[in-house]
Amino acid sequence: MKHESIPRVVSKWFIPPILLFALYVQFHGDFGPGGGFQAGVIFAAAVVLYTLIFGLQAAKQIVKPRIIETLVALGVLLYAGTGLVSLFLGYNFLDYTALDPADPPHGQHLGIFLVELGVGITVAAVMIAIFFAFAGRRRLR
Amino acid sequence: MTEILDIALLSFMIVLAIAVSRMQNLFMAAMMTGIFSFLSAIVFTLLDAVDVAFTEAAVGAGVSTVLLLGTLSLTTREEKIVKKNNALALLVVLITGSALIYGTLDMPNYGDPNAPVHQHVADRYIEKSGEEMGIPNIVTSVLASYRGYDTLGEVTVIFTAGIGVILLLGHIWRKEDEQ
Repeated sequence: MKHESIPRVVSKWFIPPILLFALYVQFHGDFGPGGGFQAGVIFAAAVVLYTLIFGLQAAKQIVKPRIIETLVALGVLLYAGTGLVSLFLGYNFLDYTALDPADPPHGQHLGIFLVELGVGITVAAVMIAIFFAFAGRRRLR
Repeated sequence: MTEILDIALLSFMIVLAIAVSRMQNLFMAAMMTGIFSFLSAIVFTLLDAVDVAFTEAAVGAGVSTVLLLGTLSLTTREEKIVKKNNALALLVVLITGSALIYGTLDMPNYGDPNAPVHQHVADRYIEKSGEEMGIPNIVTSVLASYRGYDTLGEVTVIFTAGIGVILLLGHIWRKEDEQ
């Protein structure tokens, strides 16, 4: 769709707000609806839109497959790592009170923030990876 | 008012489901499933489950539709027409369907205060999560902290799905990338 000017122009206007909205959903999930799962999918949707308009090669120049592969694992590591930190500080696995024992709600807030960030990273990376894998295949037959 | 909206939405969904199953054009069927997801997102919003509605709109209507269309671009847009009737398949579908409907008869009514879900830990979450977590969204507190293990499991499932797809299809995108 590289040569269709209306989709090109409209998507150029839309992709930045979509990315911004994904970040809003990610970091505002404590106060409103949303969280890592939704934010990750919205973030991936922006990349999918870019790929549909400008083509797979152009998208891979910006969103490098090698980085995506790393991010797929990094999100889970961040999540499980937060749990391990609280474990090594002498609390239960994923008990975020450990992150700030003097002020438990603050520790919980920090833990939820880290865990949701891990969820968001993995979901976004997996969605982009699956889409790239599908889009990169040539037609059978 | 809400009842009229509920009935209208649910009948739209039934009509859509029948239309999708009878449709030969797979492109249109994929778009229809997207509309179906949007309608169920509205139903979730009416049930005050905004977080679920959000997910349904983003995943069900957005990404799934794109993936379905991606699959269609690799295969074909028309469904192969099967002429002969399969009585066994119909029987299996009817038995499964009636078992599911029979299962819903045991479900508590919507908003029933005696429903098991309201008898267990829900009260505690609603009363205590604000001071324990310091954040107002109870869904997020339950998802990320009280039920952190389960969410870790969910993320691992998504991680595994991603790894599976990369292993099965990914060598192609890596190779082209390095050219």
